[in-house]
Amino acid sequence: MTAQLMTGGEVVAHAMAQIDPDVVPVYPITPQTPIIQHFAKLVADGRAATEIVNVESEHSAMSAAIGSALAGARTITATSSQGLALMAEVVYIAAAMRAPVVVAVGNRALSGPINIHCDHSDSMLVRDSGVIQLFAENVQEAYDAMLLAVRLAERSDVLLPVFVCQDGFTITHSAEPVELLDDETVRAFIGDYTLPMPLLDVERPTSKGPFAMPDYYFELRHQQVQAMACALPAIDELGWELARLTGRPFSAIEPYRLDDAERAFICLGSTAGLVKDVVDELRDAGERFGLLRICSFRPFPEAAVADALAGVSEAIVLDRAEAPGARAPLYADVAASLFGADLELRGHVYGLGGRELHPDDVHEIAEGRCGLYVGLRGASWPA
Amino acid sequence: MPAELPGWQELPLAGTVVPGLAERPRTGSYRTGVRPAVTDALCVDCLLCWIYCPDSAVILDGTSFAGIDLEHCKGCEICAEVCPTGAIEMVAE
Amino acid sequence: MARLKMLAANEHGTPPLGAGHSLCQGCGIPIVVRTVLDAIPGKKVVVNATGCLEVATTRFPTTAWNVPWMHVAFENAAAVAAGVESAQRALRRRGLAGEEATIVVFAGDGGTYDIGLQALSGALERGHRLVFCCYDNEAYMNTGVQRSGATPFGASTTTSPTGSVGLGKLQERKDMTEIAAAHHVPYVAQATASHWHDLALKAERAAAADGPAFLNVLSDCPVGWGHEPRRFKEILDAAVETRFWPLYEIADGEHRLTYQPQDYVPIDSWLRGQKRFAHLLEPEHAELVRHIQARVDADWERLLAVSS
Repeated sequence: MTAQLMTGGEVVAHAMAQIDPDVVPVYPITPQTPIIQHFAKLVADGRAATEIVNVESEHSAMSAAIGSALAGARTITATSSQGLALMAEVVYIAAAMRAPVVVAVGNRALSGPINIHCDHSDSMLVRDSGVIQLFAENVQEAYDAMLLAVRLAERSDVLLPVFVCQDGFTITHSAEPVELLDDETVRAFIGDYTLPMPLLDVERPTSKGPFAMPDYYFELRHQQVQAMACALPAIDELGWELARLTGRPFSAIEPYRLDDAERAFICLGSTAGLVKDVVDELRDAGERFGLLRICSFRPFPEAAVADALAGVSEAIVLDRAEAPGARAPLYADVAASLFGADLELRGHVYGLGGRELHPDDVHEIAEGRCGLYVGLRGASWPA
Repeated sequence: MPAELPGWQELPLAGTVVPGLAERPRTGSYRTGVRPAVTDALCVDCLLCWIYCPDSAVILDGTSFAGIDLEHCKGCEICAEVCPTGAIEMVAE
Repeated sequence: MARLKMLAANEHGTPPLGAGHSLCQGCGIPIVVRTVLDAIPGKKVVVNATGCLEVATTRFPTTAWNVPWMHVAFENAAAVAAGVESAQRALRRRGLAGEEATIVVFAGDGGTYDIGLQALSGALERGHRLVFCCYDNEAYMNTGVQRSGATPFGASTTTSPTGSVGLGKLQERKDMTEIAAAHHVPYVAQATASHWHDLALKAERAAAADGPAFLNVLSDCPVGWGHEPRRFKEILDAAVETRFWPLYEIADGEHRLTYQPQDYVPIDSWLRGQKRFAHLLEPEHAELVRHIQARVDADWERLLAVSS
C-alpha cells in the first residue's frame, strides 16, 4: 500500500472504479461533481466497465438506481444538498423497497439561501428515511467507508441504501495522503452482487412496490426497523474485517481520549479532526477532555454512545445543522441516548453554510464562553 | 384488525408478491344482477370477447373460446356488445 | 398481420395481467395492457407508474400480474425503467444476464404528460431501449377525475367543473405524441384500446425498435367520461372516426397514418354520450363545439400534410 495525495472526490471515484459497479445513474451538483467527473474519466479509460447513466435530475438518479438495483445490478450514485432534497421522496422508497444502493454524499447546506458549502442539513433531511448514513472524518475514511458500504448495503439481513457522507469542500475538494487497497483485494472484499428475486429473473416473476392499506402498511414498514437493527452490529463486524486488510479501524463510533475524560465533545465528520487537536491542547493544559466521534449517524448507536460517555460529567454536542423550533438533530439523538444519565448536556450549532470553525471557537466552547450559535453575529436567541 | 393476519416477520421481503402464491379476489361480486350467457351454436371463436374483456374472464382452451369465468366477470357487458354474432347476451343472474 | 389467435398463443396459457384486479367495470386500461404485452414476442418486464392500473392490480398481498412488475412512484416510471434497462445492458455485457426481456412502461396520462414528463423526456433523449405506453384516459382518474395536461378542451372534470359560470377545461390538451417524436426516437405511435389490431401491430413495432418507443393509447373511463361501460368500443371508435384521435405512427421520423376514416364525421359524434361533454351540446355552447371542430380539422390537415 503506497500513500498518494487525493481529494475526497477523487478517492470516492477510485473506490467506485475498484468496486466496478454495474450501473451508476448520476446528476451533477456541487460539491459532488469531482466524484462523477473523475469516475467518468476512469470508465472512459477502461478502469471500470460501469454503465453510467447521465440522468436528467437527481430524482431520476435515485429512481433509476432502484430500478437497476432491484433488477439485479450493483448500483452506486452520488449527490449533495438540493439534489438529495429532490430525491428525498425516492430515498424513502429505496429503503422501503430494500434497494442496496450506495450513495456518496458531499454534505452541503440546503437552500435557502442557496449555498454551496458544507453543513449537514442535507443528510438531516433524510434522517428518518430508513437509509444508513455513515460520516467520514477525512479522505482516507471516505475511501474505507465506500468499500464497507457495499458489503453493508448488500448483507442479506440489511439490504438498505447506505449513504457515505463526506463534508463538502473540506473533504471532497481537499487533498490528503491516502492509502488505497489494490484492485484484487477490493474485489475479494466486496464479492459478487446477489439479490434475492431480482426483477430480471423472468422465469420467477415478482411484483415489487405494492400498494398497502392500513391492514398491512405498519407491518411491511417494520421490516425496515429490523434491518436497521441488524445494520448496527454489522458495521462493526465489517469494520473489523476491513481493518484486517487496511490496518485502520472502522466502527460506528470513535472514542478519542475518552477513557478517563471528565468532559467530552460529540460531533460528526471532518470537524472531529479539529476537535481532536483542541482536545490534545486541553489535555496538555491539564483539562481531562475527550471526543466521541459518531461515524454511524443512522443507525444511531444509542447504547454505544451512552456507554462511551458513562464516565463524563459534561457532554458538549456540536451540530452542523439546526432544526428551527426544536433541538438540533445530533443533540436530540445524543440527549435521548443519555436520558437518565447523571451529567450536564450542552449543545452548540456551528458551521452552517460552510462557516469555518476555528480552534479558538472550540476553546471558547470548552470554557463555556460561547453562545449556542457559534460565531453568530448579533444577539443570540435565547440570550 | 382481525387477529389472523400475518405478523411482520411472516411477510415477504419489501412486500414483494410472487404471483403463484397470491390470492385472486373474486371480483364477480361487482355484478349487479346480470351476467353474460353464451349460445355455443352462434359462437364463431373470433376471440373479440377475449381481447376486450377487461378482467381476463373469457376462458380459452388453447386458443379457442371455452367459456366465461363468472367468479371474476364484473358484468361490464362489453363482450355482449362486441360479439359479432350475438352469441353473448346479458341475462338475469 | 396480427391475429387474435396469435396473441392468445403468445400468452402460453397465462395472461400477463390476469383476473382479480379492482379496475372498474369496463375499464379500457387492462385491454390496452393485454393487447400490448401479448403482441410483443418473448419475455416482458413491466414498470408501472402510480395510478389506476398500479393501485388496482397490486393491493398487498395480492397481485394480478403474472410478469415481472415494479412500481416505485408517480413521476419516475421512465427513470426506473431506464435503470432496469441499464442493468440489463450491463449484466448482458458481463455475461451475467438471463433471457433478454422487453421493458414495457405503463403510465396514465398524468404520469406521462404532466408529472411524468421530465423522466420520460430524459429516457427518450438518452436512447434507452424500452416501450413507454401511456394509457390516456384524459384525466387523473384514480384520484377522482381531476384535469390533466391530456384533458381535452371543454371537458368537465372535478378540478375544471362546469357550473353556473364554469365551462369545463378551457386549455387545449398537449400533443404528447408529437412531443415524444420531437426527441427523434425510432418509433412513436397513437392508438386506441378499441382498435386491437392496430395497437398490436404498433406494440410489436415499438418493441422491435432499436431504441426508445412511445405509444399513446386512448383508453376510455366509464366513470370519468360518464358513459355505460358497454359502450367502450362505440365511443373509442367515434374518437377515431371524428379524427379527434388519429391513428398514426412516426417511424424513424416519417409520419404515416395507419387508418383514414372514409367519411367526414362531425365532432358531435365523439362528444355525444359522454357526460363530461354534455354541457357543450347545449345550444348556447355551439361556439365551443365549433372551436373544437376547427381544431380537429386543422390538426388533421396538418397531419395529412406531413404523412406519407
